[in-house]
Amino acid sequence: MSDTTQTDERIKETSRFRQALIRPELGGMVGTVAVFTLFALFAWDSGMFAAQGVMNWSIISAQFMIIAVGACLLMIAGEFDLSVGSMIGFAGIMIAVFGVVLAWPMWIAILVTFAICCALGALNGFIVVRTGLPSFIVTLAFLFILRGFTIYIPQTIERKTIIGGIRDAAEGDWLAPIFGGKIGQPIFTWLGDAGIIGVYERGTRAGQPVIDGIPMLIVWAIILVIFGHILLTRTRFGNWIFAAGGDAEAARNSGVPVNYVKIMMFVFTAFCATVFAVCQVMEFGSAGADRGLLKEFEAIIAVVIGGALLTGGYGSVLGAALGALIFGVVQQGLFFAGVESSLFRVFLGVILLAAVILNTYIRRIITGER
Amino acid sequence: MTSLTKKLALAAALAVAPFTVQADGHATLNYVLVSHAPDSDSWWNTIKNGIALAGEQVSVNVEYRNPPTGDIADMARIIEQAAASSPDGIITTLADFDVLSGPIRDAVDQGIDVIIMNTGTPEQAREVGALMYVGQPEYDAGLAAGIRAKGEGVTKFLCVNHAIQQPTVGERCRGYADGLGIELGDAMMDSGTDPAEIKNKVLAYLSANPDVDGILTLGPVSADPTIAALEENGMAGDIHFGTFDLGEEIVKAIKGEVINWGIDQQPFLQAYMPVVILANWDRYGVLPGNNINSGPGFVTKDGLAKVEEFAGEYR
Repeated sequence: MSDTTQTDERIKETSRFRQALIRPELGGMVGTVAVFTLFALFAWDSGMFAAQGVMNWSIISAQFMIIAVGACLLMIAGEFDLSVGSMIGFAGIMIAVFGVVLAWPMWIAILVTFAICCALGALNGFIVVRTGLPSFIVTLAFLFILRGFTIYIPQTIERKTIIGGIRDAAEGDWLAPIFGGKIGQPIFTWLGDAGIIGVYERGTRAGQPVIDGIPMLIVWAIILVIFGHILLTRTRFGNWIFAAGGDAEAARNSGVPVNYVKIMMFVFTAFCATVFAVCQVMEFGSAGADRGLLKEFEAIIAVVIGGALLTGGYGSVLGAALGALIFGVVQQGLFFAGVESSLFRVFLGVILLAAVILNTYIRRIITGER
Repeated sequence: MTSLTKKLALAAALAVAPFTVQADGHATLNYVLVSHAPDSDSWWNTIKNGIALAGEQVSVNVEYRNPPTGDIADMARIIEQAAASSPDGIITTLADFDVLSGPIRDAVDQGIDVIIMNTGTPEQAREVGALMYVGQPEYDAGLAAGIRAKGEGVTKFLCVNHAIQQPTVGERCRGYADGLGIELGDAMMDSGTDPAEIKNKVLAYLSANPDVDGILTLGPVSADPTIAALEENGMAGDIHFGTFDLGEEIVKAIKGEVINWGIDQQPFLQAYMPVVILANWDRYGVLPGNNINSGPGFVTKDGLAKVEEFAGEYR
């Protein structure tokens, strides 16, 4: 907000405090505080808040965040992408096929995979804006198309559905560590030596810290959240995203390139899914045909908990990031609290419902709609 | 918001309530069993019952965890989570060695005892530093089934695979083909897990390949719809039919001579034994000197009484 030197009687006066408080991510903030308070009460000494536990739910939350940023911007632009989960599986298999089966250098395999997946995202977007079909339907089709190829390609080439050996193939590569590496090792070694965090008790790594660095997955999540937030709130393109999702026709009439914006958002969503996939295959060393099942819904849930509107035109990347954090903390926290794991979905449903009700109420205050 | 917090607190309190355990002279031991099975796989009920019974009999807490969609990468995170909550032991499957070996190794290095059950091999279990392996070596079980089927006159077969993404399950088809002495070729069908789809795919395959005289299914998920398919096209009881694992429908079909035999890997033992072994290891420091092969056991019409009584529960 810029300071206006003279007061304008057309602008409603609101207190600074109220302005600071009433934002789309308020629901996410309240939820985050509530969730942490709850688990601090019920699972304080279960290891959930020791270094290893914190890393555990941080990684899960970061995974949700990476796909939630893409899903959030796309949803604000008024579209859906249900093919995110299939795209994750597809991208992983592509990397395995190029890098292991065809034995290309890993950096080429990664870049080609990014190119293919972003092109598929663009195709998704192109079909949506060209045909005027709901993106729900178009991307549902791609959910099946991509999953089918993800199973068919490795079956045909390798006669199996999991391709391993990616870690060996990525040995010494310059690009692979940007997705699968860890940063900050010396700090963690020092923390381990100082007895602040747990160390291995036996085996070849006895005495080394159990948590030996921040995985690049978390770094990527933070970078994408910052990038998405700045894009949405500080740039002209961000305004276009809101306009395209709010009222596409009105936006077109005032000169916003709505189709271009939507296609770019589909590309960005595919890009986020690919980042997720590359981090996963680099960490685990194998790609599987069943990776990423239902991840599109997890992304959408995180975005909705974060206060975005399913119909487009309203939402915030920070909110989606908080939604991802809530989702990750609840999912892992219930394990730490020793809750029967099948009850996890019950909690998730309750939280989703509560979050949407709260967000609706907050949105009404902000926009003044009834 | 306050109402939400209250609701959550109440729900959490209700959920945690049954987990307080009375001490009976032993320090309470906590174990976690991590499986790779999606929520939809009913076969793992036997495992849940097995750990519950063992936990009750030797007074330890055992929790069951699984990735809801069967995503192995999610399973790796669950193992990491289990290790972070410092249990006395972890019992887990090795559905994908590449993905799971790291997290399991980490747990072992933290001083947590690990037993590998169900999926994996004795060699892999040794490699990740587990105490032992309890399960049925898949390829060998498939090979035994193939040799037996060859003796019973099978010349061309269909293998209905409902878990195409798990290479270890596919090993059963490969072993079966080798036992018969036939190339696997495209005899292995990716059937998916939807019963109606499996049934119709089997019907389509059999009408397109009328010379198929043997079917192998890999579990209740694929066997039940296949039974329905055979009853529909009139081949039930006529075509040779073997299956892995047991379930209520499969037992009925063995009784009705639709299925020649079921291969029981005795999941009960895969769940029960690791709990008891871990408890005795933690309490008295004793450990069997060998891995435990829980199967294969051929169940034919003659040995059905006990199986029938406990089908879907302990068998």
